Amino acid sequence: MKEKVAEFLDKNFSHFIYSKQEVKSNIPSFFIKPEGIVPVVKALKEEPSLKFDFLNDLTCVDWLGKREPRFEMNYLLKSPSNGHARIMLKVPLDDGESVPSIIGVYKGANWPEREVFDLFGIYFEGHPRMERLIMPDNFQGHPLRKDYPLEGFGQDYLIYDLLQIHQEDKEA
Amino acid sequence: MGLSDLLRKSGEVIGDMVQVTRLDSFLKWGQSYSLWPYPFATACCGIEFMGTACSDMDIARFGAERPSFSPRQADMILVLGTITYKMAPVLRQIYDQLSEPKYVVSVGACASSGGMFDTYGVVQGIDRFLPVDIYIPGCPPRPEAIIDGLVKLQEKVKTQGLEERRKEVMRKIDEINERNKPLVVR
Repeated sequence: MKEKVAEFLDKNFSHFIYSKQEVKSNIPSFFIKPEGIVPVVKALKEEPSLKFDFLNDLTCVDWLGKREPRFEMNYLLKSPSNGHARIMLKVPLDDGESVPSIIGVYKGANWPEREVFDLFGIYFEGHPRMERLIMPDNFQGHPLRKDYPLEGFGQDYLIYDLLQIHQEDKEA
Repeated sequence: MGLSDLLRKSGEVIGDMVQVTRLDSFLKWGQSYSLWPYPFATACCGIEFMGTACSDMDIARFGAERPSFSPRQADMILVLGTITYKMAPVLRQIYDQLSEPKYVVSVGACASSGGMFDTYGVVQGIDRFLPVDIYIPGCPPRPEAIIDGLVKLQEKVKTQGLEERRKEVMRKIDEINERNKPLVVR
């Protein structure tokens, strides 16, 4: 499956290939440029011989101090009609860079993208509701970044806001 | 012998059937043996509460007969487990929905102090925003510990007067407000 996908990407999307590096993994991995992720997943889903029509997972890694650029979006795709073959698409991103949303291709990407936004602070262009999913709405910072302290910056503001919100409710 | 003489001998048994007491202590005695719990279970302490409520330990022996899943029909709220900042407003609202008199029991290390979760998302003890009456230690506490906490709460209900109770809750809420105000970090 790896050769087939590599050949397909080389033939059709050579301008979207970020770099060709080997990853020590049993899942074939391909590095894609941010602007190319939507056409690439769309083509991989619709190509009849590949049919990667299942989004297994969508997540992010923070390689602070280990790799440049710092973030790496991971798209784990599965092809149930090809012996459940899996491939990983990796999109390297720098701090502050955004990536197009793939909701138009996989509807199931909605909540995982919000989760990544919540915990890593990566913005997804074209997402219908780019808000926090897990942390409270008044939370500050993105806790899964490697430079975020484990105990937070002092989380008392969350309780303070809670008591304030509560008082406003009573007055209203 | 007049009524006023009888009232001075509070607790005395007259004959086989009659005992003299005061109305408020009679009410508190009744209250203490029918503390319906509202279990707010978010983690493994909730499983221990299930064990406490089932026939082996049987919390019904102590009058906490019926786990009420509506806060409006409960006397005490048992906070069983880790409370996150996202869950805190929900818990606060449920506490407000409880009908008076209401008591808060913090079960286990997580609810009492955050436990081992000294992290960005976990409230370091529900006494940061609720007036807690009883803390039960353990991770999770044994059912015996939960029953011991209930018995201690019964003692408290029996001995504490209404005015005393009101003052305690007001003092705790003032402490919460005072403690949370100056620590704002932005």
